[in-house]
Amino acid sequence: MNFAVLQFPASNCDQDAIHAARLLGHSARYVWHKDNSLGNADVVIVPGGFSYGDYLRCGAIARFSPVMQAVKQFADNGGLVLGVCNGFQVLTEAGLLPGALVRNRDLQFHCEHIFLKPATPDSPFTNKIPAGKILRIPIAHGEGCYFADEETLVKLKANNQILWQYCAANGNLTDVANPNGSLLNIAGVCNERRNVAGLMPHPERACELLLASDDGKWIFESIFAALEKKSAAKAA
Amino acid sequence: MKAKIIITPKKAVVDPQGKTVQGALEQMGYKGVTGVHVGKYIEIDLAPGTDPAAAQRALNDAAHKFLSNPIIEDYKLEME
Repeated sequence: MNFAVLQFPASNCDQDAIHAARLLGHSARYVWHKDNSLGNADVVIVPGGFSYGDYLRCGAIARFSPVMQAVKQFADNGGLVLGVCNGFQVLTEAGLLPGALVRNRDLQFHCEHIFLKPATPDSPFTNKIPAGKILRIPIAHGEGCYFADEETLVKLKANNQILWQYCAANGNLTDVANPNGSLLNIAGVCNERRNVAGLMPHPERACELLLASDDGKWIFESIFAALEKKSAAKAA
Repeated sequence: MKAKIIITPKKAVVDPQGKTVQGALEQMGYKGVTGVHVGKYIEIDLAPGTDPAAAQRALNDAAHKFLSNPIIEDYKLEME
């Protein structure tokens, strides 16, 4: 599989994403924010960082980059797009994902491992996560509090668009386990078509035991499985 | 000519900055503060002779699409 990892000024998880994809046996390359084309890509990763210094709002300026027009088109054609941390913020600002990310409720930057409950296996980003598995994955953000209006939340639940929620080690969705005050403990969502997803935690930083957890690889394995299924369907 | 845009968090969005500032004001002894909302202020300089009505339309568009995020923020545009 070919990973296209976007690079904005002040992206800082782009190398981690490339490393994770290659570690798991796939090819990955950077795509500069001024590029108008993604080239040959099976999946796009919008990485974490502080694109454009987080000026105005996180992700607000990155969304107007030339490369984001190509990402929009790629997503419109059904391509898989995953936004991590700042990438999630960019995708919500671009209108590719519902809701918005605001300042953590305690105003602090959180850099720690948290527990994540996959809310559904029914997506290209969660299909390979073993049933009942709670993922231990790091977060590192100051503005990761998920907000959406009531109407949007109802729609997210009805369409099964909530993909990951912050939980305790035993999987319970408690307020204490919620690091930033996100509504419904939401850590990540997908769009209605289920081909674009975003999450605040960093699965690319948890793909090998050297980094204290390899639970993030389940999210990548899910993407690989979804892409394989897609290419098999195309060939048939 | 100048345009002033004031952006504030929507009431439904938790505003921890506003709450913290409110707490500090109370601690300092300022009485009667029932709410604080911390937002942004953007001042835009416009070329002399700009048509105010057209500028207002354009800036409303920019404020809606870019300068504010309507999911979490309200804005007020003033022309001067």
